[in-house]
Amino acid sequence: MNVVTPFEGIGASVKRKEDLRFLSGRGQYTDDINRPGQTYAYILRSPHAHARITGIDLAAAKAMPGVVAIFTGDDMQGIGGLPCGWQIHNKDGSPMAEPPHPVLAQGKVRFVGDAVAVVIAATKAQARDAAEAIEVAYEVLPAAATVEAAIAPGAAPVHDGIAGNVCYDWHIGDPAVNAAAFKTADKVVEFELVNNRLVPNAMEPRAAIGDYDPTTGEYTLYTTSQNPHVIRLLMGAFVLQLPEHKLRVVAPDVGGGFGSKIFHYAEEAIVTWAAGKIARPIKWTADRTESFITDAHGRDHVTKARLALDKDGKFLALHVQTLANMGAYLSTFATSVPTYLYATLLAGVYTTPTVYAEVKAVFTNTVPVDAYRGAGRPEATFLLERLVDVAAMETGIDKVEIRRRNFIPADAFPYQTPVALQYDSGDYQSTLDQALETSGWAGFEARRAEAKGRGRLRGIGISTYIEACGIAPSAVVGALGARAGLYEVGTIRVHPTGSVTVLTGTHSHGQGHETTLAQLVTDRLGVPLAQVDIVHGDTAKIPFGMGTYGSRSLAVGGSAMVKAMDKIVAKARRIAAHLMEASVEDVEFDRGTFRVAGTDKTKAWGEICLTAYVPHNYPIEEIEPGLEETAFYDPKNFTYPGGCHICEVEIDPDTGKVEVVNFTAVDDVGRVINPMIVEGQVQGGVAQGIGQALLETAVYDENGQLLSASFMDYQMPRADDLPPVSVATHTTLCTHNPLGVKGCGEVGAIGSPPAVINAVVDALKDYGVRHIEMPATPAKIWNIIHGGHRMAAE
Amino acid sequence: MYDFAYHKPTSVADAVKILSSDPDARPISGGQTLLPALKHRLNKPSAVVDLSGIAELRGIKRDGDKLVIGALARHGEVANSAEVKAAIPALAQMAGTIGDTQVRNRGTIGGSVSNNDPAADYPSAVLGLGATVVTDKRRIAADDFFQGMFTTALEPGELLVAIEFPIPEKAGYAKMRNPASRYVMAGVFVAKTKSGVRVAVNGAGPCVFRQADMEKALTASWSADAVAGVRQSADGLNGDIHGSAEYRAHLVTVMAKRAVAAAG
Ligand SMILES: Cc1cc2nc3c(=O)[nH]c(=O)nc-3n(C[C@H](O)[C@H](O)[C@H](O)COP(=O)(O)OP(=O)(O)OC[C@H]3O[C@@H](n4cnc5c(N)ncnc54)[C@H](O)[C@@H]3O)c2cc1C
Repeated sequence: MNVVTPFEGIGASVKRKEDLRFLSGRGQYTDDINRPGQTYAYILRSPHAHARITGIDLAAAKAMPGVVAIFTGDDMQGIGGLPCGWQIHNKDGSPMAEPPHPVLAQGKVRFVGDAVAVVIAATKAQARDAAEAIEVAYEVLPAAATVEAAIAPGAAPVHDGIAGNVCYDWHIGDPAVNAAAFKTADKVVEFELVNNRLVPNAMEPRAAIGDYDPTTGEYTLYTTSQNPHVIRLLMGAFVLQLPEHKLRVVAPDVGGGFGSKIFHYAEEAIVTWAAGKIARPIKWTADRTESFITDAHGRDHVTKARLALDKDGKFLALHVQTLANMGAYLSTFATSVPTYLYATLLAGVYTTPTVYAEVKAVFTNTVPVDAYRGAGRPEATFLLERLVDVAAMETGIDKVEIRRRNFIPADAFPYQTPVALQYDSGDYQSTLDQALETSGWAGFEARRAEAKGRGRLRGIGISTYIEACGIAPSAVVGALGARAGLYEVGTIRVHPTGSVTVLTGTHSHGQGHETTLAQLVTDRLGVPLAQVDIVHGDTAKIPFGMGTYGSRSLAVGGSAMVKAMDKIVAKARRIAAHLMEASVEDVEFDRGTFRVAGTDKTKAWGEICLTAYVPHNYPIEEIEPGLEETAFYDPKNFTYPGGCHICEVEIDPDTGKVEVVNFTAVDDVGRVINPMIVEGQVQGGVAQGIGQALLETAVYDENGQLLSASFMDYQMPRADDLPPVSVATHTTLCTHNPLGVKGCGEVGAIGSPPAVINAVVDALKDYGVRHIEMPATPAKIWNIIHGGHRMAAE
Repeated sequence: MYDFAYHKPTSVADAVKILSSDPDARPISGGQTLLPALKHRLNKPSAVVDLSGIAELRGIKRDGDKLVIGALARHGEVANSAEVKAAIPALAQMAGTIGDTQVRNRGTIGGSVSNNDPAADYPSAVLGLGATVVTDKRRIAADDFFQGMFTTALEPGELLVAIEFPIPEKAGYAKMRNPASRYVMAGVFVAKTKSGVRVAVNGAGPCVFRQADMEKALTASWSADAVAGVRQSADGLNGDIHGSAEYRAHLVTVMAKRAVAAAG
């Protein structure tokens, strides 16, 4: 066994092990899997946002060529609905409204795309042909696509019996303390803003294959999921009532998720259930249009906020009122996003002593809304960082200075916020300093003047943010209404010759876990990277797991691996002590070598591993043979990545087009395992943040039709929309997990949108602009610049 | 996609024969417009007549004071053609900005012009240069060819064979792309030709159209300043989630200035 080169362990930018597979077209995605005798499902969806189904005529469709079976909601009566994983309570302590979420519509459709029937046929085209022959009679009802429309008096109830379409009316913080603090203010800044609705658009559309083996009674679901065990739990226990040992869920290579593949979707239950009915495998693959109208959307908040300041610009109190769009049904984690992942972040990096947030979640006739990269934290950050800029503008205090005055100081950690969280570490002044330096903040006015000479409006914007990830302590989230624990599981399987297979409950869908997690093993056990394999995504192989979202894989999943490696090392030291005839306490282990302390007596890793499996000379009375350990790790706290993003834009005043010309991200993600992968994650997050700020928005018309339902109308960021992003890290270690890591998957998408909009507003400062809603499209900016002219012309 | 019959004739005559015997048959060139429509089941032709085997539809050649471009010339070929670059650089430049590399390597000028998408590029060059559309049975002046949104003078079964562009003294093109689709949100093609100044506007309205006020202004003085003061009326222009008719009207003036500047 050769000793590891230090370049593969923690801190090394080793190339991604998975990329050879991905870049050479050898990835195995769900749609690449084909089962013998496979059939194809096509799902007939509602063309109406809100309608009663008064009749379904299947006769013609059933007679179409290739049709194997057709099922509607009638056939699935008695099957459980899709569950919501987090129960929120109203201000008065009563539980939220939780209407059923049928797998196939039961008498009513509630959004364009709601599943009405499934046709299973020998080919995909035949299934679709037959679906077109199904006659559905609808009685169209009035629809509400926006939160404002849904809570307006007289709005049609999305769910019968839920008056006013309110799912919950929740709050956090102390309203009396908050109100009192406002009375002492020298200045109150009031502000309203929208957090635009987004479509995640993972490159790989969702897909699912259901398979049933009548000889064993075992079901298998292959699915595009970020968390196969969670899907097994939700679908098995709540929807189909299948015991875990008869239900296997496989999430093979997954081509991006960004949150949209966390949730348990109807199609997964449909193909699994129907495979049992017809005793043949069934494949369903979404096309892009289907993705637009069925993948859970993100964001969609309308918020009013008030910030109280004293005469020196110190924040005294924040009061926030948010309307959050849930869509037509409660998706798996939808209810937690605008509450515990949003309002708890409203202290930001500031010492604001009191924060009071009220959140009303509202049903509308739209696609369900749930976690999307950042989930709640981008909404909190956008609100705060816009508000702080407006406060700077209205108090005349410099926008960097007002932030510095309010930062939680570096020596104040652990820091208890007024909204439940306790931050463990951070150093906001230093992060800010580094970002100001890197971005050339001080020289900006010269660049603005130079741009003006070219007829361009240049602006600069800053955002200093914090987020909470590495979710989450099970007891804490349980007390807050989560219906699951949020620990993670890792198994370290050391093979007889010393190579290692890791079974992890997290799931990589683009993040590079096969590399990063392997680096942990290399660093600790001294096994070369090539001899460490990471296995994920199959409930038949991995003991258990909660999956990947909320930037938790390393902080929680990596920590579980560390715990399992602790057990491995402890056992291996006992074997080494036996072989070297030393006492265990005297045996040290350092990356592949066991040594009796203070001597030159050593044993190599490989020899210990072999001994564990060929226990000829072995303390068999005291320890078992073999070298494999599993650990469950439940985090003690959230982790708190933070940072400073600075954006510089130029606007073409003739067209209103914004170009991002510089972007600097300095993020504190805790200890960095693979700097290259961290940089990639931040780049990707910033791309999505710029997308939200300038390009992307899901637009519904008043009848609930999604107008931006394809790439012809939904503007995904393209390479030429993005600037080169300067990415750096400024590390303070997480104090409560063994790796000191915080998480990097979402920071880019959280920190960047307000930096971009602050820059756009700065560029337009001569036009008296206080705020511009996202996305800041050319037409919107043109309206601001030329609004006056136009009115004069009219 | 629904099932359809597939034909691959090798002459215009054969293609026309198939098309005229079956009113539900459709020609296909690059497929960049027709194929997505088929995949979305928006179109249900009985037969698809693949024109790619017809040699007489190919080729780009200079013919005296004209440039003749065959219907099957791909956008990429036009963009890179030495003949086009020498004769009408604005046309080569335009072709090089249509869609993306994949689209340019499949899509054809004949397909684009026959389709007459209001947000397409080529129609403004055809109209702006006062080109002649040559079909299997006649020659149609650009001014008579583009008749409305996705509507042209082509009759059912009639094939676009080539386009003859008179070589202008000067020409320029500028466009603002739709932020999402990257098709044209508002584009202006300006040309100074033997028969006078022509200005064609695409993207902004339901069909490419000539801008008479700008033609007048440029005839009086060929300069960006001359069009800067000419306002396009918003009446009848397109308005959608990407921008109002007023915004597009404004862009027409901006793009006209840029097109003149590009023409030199
Ligand atoms: C992603 C993408 C981006 C694009 N961006 C742009 C853009 O920015 N600007 C732009 O202008 N276009 C754009 N296009 C459209 C592209 O230019 C198409 O190539 C063009 O519109 C049609 O040409 P085609 O050869 O592909 O035609 P096809 O798709 O083969 O046919 C189009 C239509 O014309 C008919 N037709 C084809 N050839 C003939 C003929 N010789 N005679 C009579 N009828 C005929 C067909 O029956 C069909 O109705 C884009 C397309 C895509 C897919």
